[in-house]
Amino acid sequence: MRVTQGCFSFLPDLTDEQIAAQVQYCLDKGWAVNIEFTDDPHPRNTYWDMWGLPMFDLRDAAGIMKELADCRRVYGDRYIRISGFDSSHGWESVRLSFIVNRPREEPGFRLDRQEAAGRNLHYSTHAYAAGRPEGERYSDH
Amino acid sequence: MNMQQSITVRGKDRYKSGVMEYKRMGYWEPNYEPKDTDVIALFRVTPQDGVDPTEACAAVAGESSTATWTVVWTDRLTAAEKYRAKCYRVDPVLNSPGSYFAYIAYDLDLFEPGSISNLTASIIGNVFGFKPLKALRLEDMRLPTAYVKTFQGPATGIVVERERLDKFGRPLLGATVKPKLGLSGRNYGRVVYEALKGGLDFTKDDENINSQPFMHWRERFLYCMEAVNRAQAATGEIKGTYLNVTAATMEDMYERAEFAHELGSNIVMIDLVIGYTAIQSMAKWARRNNMILHLHRAGHSTYTRQRSHGVSFRVIAKWMRLAGVDHIHAGTVVGKLEGDPNTTRGYYDICREDFNPMQLEHGVFFDQNWASLNKLMPVASGGIHAGQMHQLLDLLGEDVVLQFGGGTIGHPRGIQAGATANRVALEAMILARNEGRDYVHEGPEILAKAAQTCTPLREALDVWKDVTFNYESTDAPDFVPTPSMAV
Repeated sequence: MRVTQGCFSFLPDLTDEQIAAQVQYCLDKGWAVNIEFTDDPHPRNTYWDMWGLPMFDLRDAAGIMKELADCRRVYGDRYIRISGFDSSHGWESVRLSFIVNRPREEPGFRLDRQEAAGRNLHYSTHAYAAGRPEGERYSDH
Repeated sequence: MNMQQSITVRGKDRYKSGVMEYKRMGYWEPNYEPKDTDVIALFRVTPQDGVDPTEACAAVAGESSTATWTVVWTDRLTAAEKYRAKCYRVDPVLNSPGSYFAYIAYDLDLFEPGSISNLTASIIGNVFGFKPLKALRLEDMRLPTAYVKTFQGPATGIVVERERLDKFGRPLLGATVKPKLGLSGRNYGRVVYEALKGGLDFTKDDENINSQPFMHWRERFLYCMEAVNRAQAATGEIKGTYLNVTAATMEDMYERAEFAHELGSNIVMIDLVIGYTAIQSMAKWARRNNMILHLHRAGHSTYTRQRSHGVSFRVIAKWMRLAGVDHIHAGTVVGKLEGDPNTTRGYYDICREDFNPMQLEHGVFFDQNWASLNKLMPVASGGIHAGQMHQLLDLLGEDVVLQFGGGTIGHPRGIQAGATANRVALEAMILARNEGRDYVHEGPEILAKAAQTCTPLREALDVWKDVTFNYESTDAPDFVPTPSMAV
């Protein structure tokens, strides 16, 4: 399966040139660009780990692309996303977020159902990969 | 500056028993300067033949505030001058002989804090049936900050909705389940599952799906939540379905909303026809229960569509932002339902901006400060399809739910394919826009390119390529380009 979180997951994986153009769009808007990674793609896993601090003062996409290359070197077997953060009043949140790196295999999610009274069901979603400890989830052993 | 003089009768003559013209009773005050705390209403007044326009406009002020048809001595037991609404400006409507824009100021003390029902009982309560008028329309309102701050506002708001859904940088995608009547719960859930798995963020009950013989509400809720959870697991993305909790009584609505909450739904839906008090109750319930609240504007066209009579939708949008819903259908421009582009732009600004400057060409007559009240997500629904993606993005922007009902379910290769076509078209268009391309003009090219790697989009573009709804709008703004004095 393919996790379709983020803004561009239904398109073919973006090239570095395409990623740089999106980053530049964020920078031109005055947004801080952030690189985050995770090996737990649960849809409500909000806090991916940060690759350093959001880059508040950068104005050129090249700097971020270098950081992304470094992040991929270390965490290339995980999900990596780039987001643009807008600190202006009335928003003060993310404006754009998209996945720029994925594990080679995406095993997907198991849906558990707990039967309850009145034909009700309680649902629980588990990433198959998250059954293993962090750091070993998408490696080959 | 206004050169006209007040003709209000003062002193004890004002209270002599009998009938007196409204404009002499204190409801026409051409030199009045509205206070920052006044509520201001702009009416389009069409007097009966032979009725003096100033008197007609003063009568609107009177009948929507303190007046009755005759002088009453009991006025003298009150601070009557404060409580009288004051018509302070009358302009003839351009290209519409016999109609006048009347600006009327109301003191804040006339209104109960935080109650749309009270506000509307005054402003549109009696006056629309007043015999000396042929027609009357409430065009716009200026709501003072002091009054705005007495309302909760949208239960969730655009920013927090996006945070909860983890979806940023693009319009959200939805579809209304079709056929809207007749599906069993089990079949209904099938449509929800297919559409969400295919790439939509939301599906939606239609306005008249409540609890009918073919599908009672519990069946729908249970099967829909199975569909939502399945689709969420299949995609790793947060999904939702607007469960319509509209019902005969408040108790029934709470029961349905509680059940939706218990099942883990992130959104419920109500219809405008439930009434303002019920809407505010549900908005408070939604805030307490971390629920997004979708409003379907069922019934609004009975009073919003005609230029001469009723209430403009821009006023309804303002009331609904105060009342506290999170989503509101606000027009598509290019789809099958009424929508002049400039007028629709005005509605969208009212929903989404923190400050609306006066913009007559968009039908916005007043500066409006929303004082950090949450933003309300507009929903574009009705006769739109993937081939219009560049136009939709250009006209409606990014913070909007695009609802492709027929444009998803009517896809020749099924609902999942229809959903995928819409999602790919949208992502391709956002990508191109952010890259700085002239996406409005290059739209068809961008879509064709994206369709090269997405067969469902290719098929959608082929089926619907020439579908448009180009009809004359019945509600374009009539505005006076420069303030002018009248009558």
